[in-house]
Amino acid sequence: MREKLLNIRKEAEKSLLEAIKQQDIERLRINFLGKKGKLTQLLRGMGNLLPEDRPVIGQMANKLRSDLERMIEEKIEAIKEKEKLERLEKEQIDVTITGRKKFIGRKHPLTRTLEDIKSFFIGMGYEVVEGPEIELDYYNFEALNTPEDHPARDVQDTFYITDKILLRTQTSPMQVRTMEKRKPPLKILAPGRVYRSDAVDATHSPVFHQVEGLVIDENITMGDLKGTLIAFARYLFGQDRGVRFRPHYFPFTEPSAELDISCIVCNGKGCRLCSYNGWLEILGCGMVHPRVLEMVGYNPEKVGGFALGMGIERIALLKYGIDDMRLFFENDLRFLRQF
Amino acid sequence: MLVPVKWLKDYVDYDMKTEELALAMTMSGTNVESIKTLGENIQGVVVGKIESIKPHPNADKLRVCFVDVGGENALQIITGAENVKEGDKVPTALEGSQLPIGIKIKTTKFRGLESQGMMCSAQELKLETKNLPDEQKNGILILPENAPIGEDVKKILGLDDEIIEFEITTNRPDCLSIVGIAREAAVTVGGRFKFPEIVVPEGQGNISNETRVDVEDPDLCPRYTARLIKNVRIKPSPIWMQQRLRAAGIRPINNIVDITNYVMLELGQPLHAFDFECLNDKRIIVRRAKKGEKLVTLDGIERELDESVLVIADSNKPVGIAGVMGGENSEITEKTQTVLLESANFNSTSIRRTAKKLGLRTEASSRFEKGIDPNIAEIASNRFVQLVEQLDAGDVVNGIIDIYPKPLKPWRIKMRPGRINKILGTNLTSEQMEKILNSLGLKVVEKSSEHLFVEVPTFRKDITREEDLSEEIGRIYGFDNIPPTLPKGSTTFGTQPSHMVKADKTKDILNACGISEIITFSFISPQSFDKINLPKESPLRKVIKLMNPLGEDTSVMRTTLIPNMLSVISYNLSNRQENIALFELGRVYRPKSLPLKELPDEYNLLTIGMSDDKIDFYDLKGVVETLFENLGVTPVEFNPYKHPTFHPGRTAEVLINGKRAGVLGEIHPDVNDAYDIKKRVYLCELEFDLIAEQSELSYKFEPIPRYPAVERDLAIVVNDSVLAKDIENTIIEAGGSLIKEIDLFDIYKGKQIPEGKKSMAYSLMFRANDRTLTDEEVNNIYNKIVDSLKNKFNAKLRD
Ligand SMILES: [Zn+2]
Repeated sequence: MREKLLNIRKEAEKSLLEAIKQQDIERLRINFLGKKGKLTQLLRGMGNLLPEDRPVIGQMANKLRSDLERMIEEKIEAIKEKEKLERLEKEQIDVTITGRKKFIGRKHPLTRTLEDIKSFFIGMGYEVVEGPEIELDYYNFEALNTPEDHPARDVQDTFYITDKILLRTQTSPMQVRTMEKRKPPLKILAPGRVYRSDAVDATHSPVFHQVEGLVIDENITMGDLKGTLIAFARYLFGQDRGVRFRPHYFPFTEPSAELDISCIVCNGKGCRLCSYNGWLEILGCGMVHPRVLEMVGYNPEKVGGFALGMGIERIALLKYGIDDMRLFFENDLRFLRQF
Repeated sequence: MLVPVKWLKDYVDYDMKTEELALAMTMSGTNVESIKTLGENIQGVVVGKIESIKPHPNADKLRVCFVDVGGENALQIITGAENVKEGDKVPTALEGSQLPIGIKIKTTKFRGLESQGMMCSAQELKLETKNLPDEQKNGILILPENAPIGEDVKKILGLDDEIIEFEITTNRPDCLSIVGIAREAAVTVGGRFKFPEIVVPEGQGNISNETRVDVEDPDLCPRYTARLIKNVRIKPSPIWMQQRLRAAGIRPINNIVDITNYVMLELGQPLHAFDFECLNDKRIIVRRAKKGEKLVTLDGIERELDESVLVIADSNKPVGIAGVMGGENSEITEKTQTVLLESANFNSTSIRRTAKKLGLRTEASSRFEKGIDPNIAEIASNRFVQLVEQLDAGDVVNGIIDIYPKPLKPWRIKMRPGRINKILGTNLTSEQMEKILNSLGLKVVEKSSEHLFVEVPTFRKDITREEDLSEEIGRIYGFDNIPPTLPKGSTTFGTQPSHMVKADKTKDILNACGISEIITFSFISPQSFDKINLPKESPLRKVIKLMNPLGEDTSVMRTTLIPNMLSVISYNLSNRQENIALFELGRVYRPKSLPLKELPDEYNLLTIGMSDDKIDFYDLKGVVETLFENLGVTPVEFNPYKHPTFHPGRTAEVLINGKRAGVLGEIHPDVNDAYDIKKRVYLCELEFDLIAEQSELSYKFEPIPRYPAVERDLAIVVNDSVLAKDIENTIIEAGGSLIKEIDLFDIYKGKQIPEGKKSMAYSLMFRANDRTLTDEEVNNIYNKIVDSLKNKFNAKLRD
């Protein structure tokens, strides 16, 4: 009996060694441990043993059974591991092949630029407002201290619809429209489309976009205008961007200025983009003219403020290095997909 | 305004490079647009004297000149020119020199003889040849006899100068003169300003015995002065004057005309010289033109005038359009004997209107229309006769006629230094301010502890109130010296209106769907409506027209975004672009009535256009549904619809909450043809304002279902004409709240299905929130649904 047990152990160990697949092991398990398996058969003959031999042989047999079970488990694990490694080996792919991309549509660069501008001013407490593009002469010119026959009207070639109705040449009418409706304090930002009868070329377009800003409160100074716009210019064009304020003229601000930034290409050394003077104009601004305040019924002795206006195309041209205005309105996909 | 630096230096002392001056001027408000160096491309060309000339031994047409250029030996130079003779001084280009026509001079051999340089023509130096004697036009330029040998010709020709181009803002017409710029420069860089010293020469006779002037319309002509010059000697003006005029952008003509232009550039006052003999009755009348009156102006064009135009006339005809241009009938010619000089002041609005009406902007009109100080008129007239005397251009007649009924006097402004500091955000003392004002010619005439009274000279008509003084003080103190601060005081909230938030969100969603944004012009061609097949009575044809469009193509304000979208799609297809998926969110303009009496309504539309081989109607519809779902727009309906722009069988009307929101479909092949599009295009146009209004972007949590769902498939055969929408509504109606999802997974026509019918296969999902549904419950609902479909659509169950 003892011998038989030893033989079964030897035989099982040998078979285990030879087993390669999971099925081999299954067959082996049935062969030795199954109902008709060799070990099971043998144990059925236990009854023939002498009673004093039974515990020893029983122990041996149980040990053999548990050993076999353990060895089979181990072997199964080993085979599974091996099979997994083989599968992984086979599943190797070329990771350098381009993936399946999802195309995300693009926002127009002018929209992107406006979003940048808006996010700065909204963060500074400005409220965004909108107004009509087809506008009364009154709001576009007269209320902005530019009465009929004012020479400043010449600079802005205007599209007219009737004698009194025109396509607004600037977003500045929104200054007046907002002030008429509300009382200070005001901090508004008015983006929108404007029109001038310029033929289309690389630097002109009869349709373009502006953003107007207006702050009205007690105790607003030109220093506040400067502080706000220096922060804005650096937010858009980088923290170490040079900024300067150049006196200029607008009928509806006094004093008036234009804001220049140091050239984004040459940083002030002089290049073609900046006409070799190192500076690029990005916006016009100034302290709101008392006449404009009076016309909406504000008292310029009590409240005042500043206004600013910029062309979105101009900012986008500089920001993205675009060299031709026409690209904005041609909508060539090869252009749009770059943003 | 072009300002030659040497001329500028006649009136202001300063000691700095032109670039430094330019920067300072820019920062004090007179922006410099460019600095041009004259003669930049002429290098190494000097004055040479021809010592002797010999014939060329090997060529009949060439001559050998020996030219002294101040070196040890005279240079041997071969020339083909015929106009030079021994003793002439000529511009001589030395070995290695550069000419503006782009050549570099090297010693070369001509027919065996070496030429050690080149004698230059005016053309080779890129000089104006118009006033040269004929032989010099084609031959070598002959320099003045006193030109020093070896001197750089740029000095002799006045080409050693720089020209600054200033941008003059419309509020500063006083700076449209060299003197005005000099005044600004003096303040800006702290130099001394020198107004030209004007002395009226002693003449003969008296003007009042020779002519008279009547101003019939003093409102349009606040001042008119006249002087007479007799025995006029018309000839070219001296080289220095010609050079200055040319450098400032004005073509020299003859001495009289050149002096008028010279004084205009110097002082900013336009002058006009009439041939006195051409004036009928030898008199001047300033009056409005009569309707239909005609005048040929100096540019040779006949102008028809009317009562709005102010003219200078003699007793029976106009001889000039006041402040704009003179008439040909009184032009200065070589035969002119006597000149009547006009130095007048005209109403700026009147000149502006006349110039605009006649489409004629001149140096004179562009100055008058911005407003000129009437007090400069007499000074300019005096300056003119001084120069006439100096250039020996004629004999001055004593006296001036000066009609100036209401002389303009300086005015006063009360200024509070505290207020100025409050505007600028500065801390300047009253003394600092006074110093700045004085330097600008603004006199402080009275002061107290609270305020100053400032007297404004008449040439600064732009300064009328305290704020104007704040700008003067600010810009001279330097905007850059104002300390930057941020507004203090009331807190405001940064926000944007709901429809703009929705617009931003819409763009994000469409981008996520792979659709890119376009932006197009707001005006379109009136032909567009034919191209998109709109019937004659379509309300979209009621358009707002521009009075002065750039062209027919951009002459009406758009009422739909479809034409521009199709143009952009066509453009991109012609560039062989694929996967076209674009949207535009933009305004359209719909008049309340025509012609426009009040402002029209401006609406926002959202137009999406797609064209690609791999997509169909349902891709576009899916995008719109995705958009609505993510914007919280509900309920939405799509109903079959006919629209002339679209395919009759593939078009839906979109309704939001029962309100018409737009149209969606495949573009009609005729419309495609009109835009030269060869592929199918899917397009929708939606009222964005309605979408924004109906969009509800509040998010509310609903518990995740805890009980399992039960799925059942349902396949039915119905008539072709039955709409999916109606079947689905019936399923929901019959199924009640336990129906959670309805998914149409197959539509089949063909074999096994009778002609005119279709099979539709749905997967239905049932679920209750509070229990697991039993088979029996689901079966009951399912059967109810089937019965309902049988009743309504005569549907047959398919197995
Ligand atoms: Zn640059």
